[in-house]
Amino acid sequence: MLHPSHFTAVLLFALFASVVFGITQRDTPRRMIRYGAYCFVLFVGAAIALSWLMFLIAR
Amino acid sequence: MANPQDKKTAAGGFIYLPLIAGWLVPGAGHFLQRKWGRGALLSVSILAMFSIGIAMQGKLYAGAHDILEMLGLAGDLGNGLLYVVSRAAGWGADQITVTTGDYGTRFIVVAGLLNIIAAVDAHNLRTGRKS
Repeated sequence: MLHPSHFTAVLLFALFASVVFGITQRDTPRRMIRYGAYCFVLFVGAAIALSWLMFLIAR
Repeated sequence: MANPQDKKTAAGGFIYLPLIAGWLVPGAGHFLQRKWGRGALLSVSILAMFSIGIAMQGKLYAGAHDILEMLGLAGDLGNGLLYVVSRAAGWGADQITVTTGDYGTRFIVVAGLLNIIAAVDAHNLRTGRKS
């Protein structure tokens, strides 16, 4: 049984979703990589930003 | 009136084959069109996401008692044969008992949704809408 931390789960989710988004939403390999990286940064960045927001609200 | 032959291409193949194959087996739609690299990456990503979801004791939706379960079931069905095999083998949890099980459930549903996106992409490659 696998028990990753919440952040590890976020990283795994972002990685796999970004790979699929990059390949399916762009035409050329270069643009696929750029778009995949962009999605990954947005996924992880949004998770970190929202986590801080919730932490500050909960205080 | 639509001619049944319209669904066949000049190459003689059934035009929806990549869509159906891609849905049943992640990446198969791209493999059929000799997009080996894309197919392998899609296959590995979707299989890994589904497997990690199962390993995290994620729940496989079996019924549709309310709207949320119905949506979860629709997402799970996107996994194609993975869902059928997992149900038959009794993988996944019936009830979520650990925190990671909730994450795992989302992983499984999202793997199915990503698989549908990949299958539609394979169909677009087949029809020439995408190169």
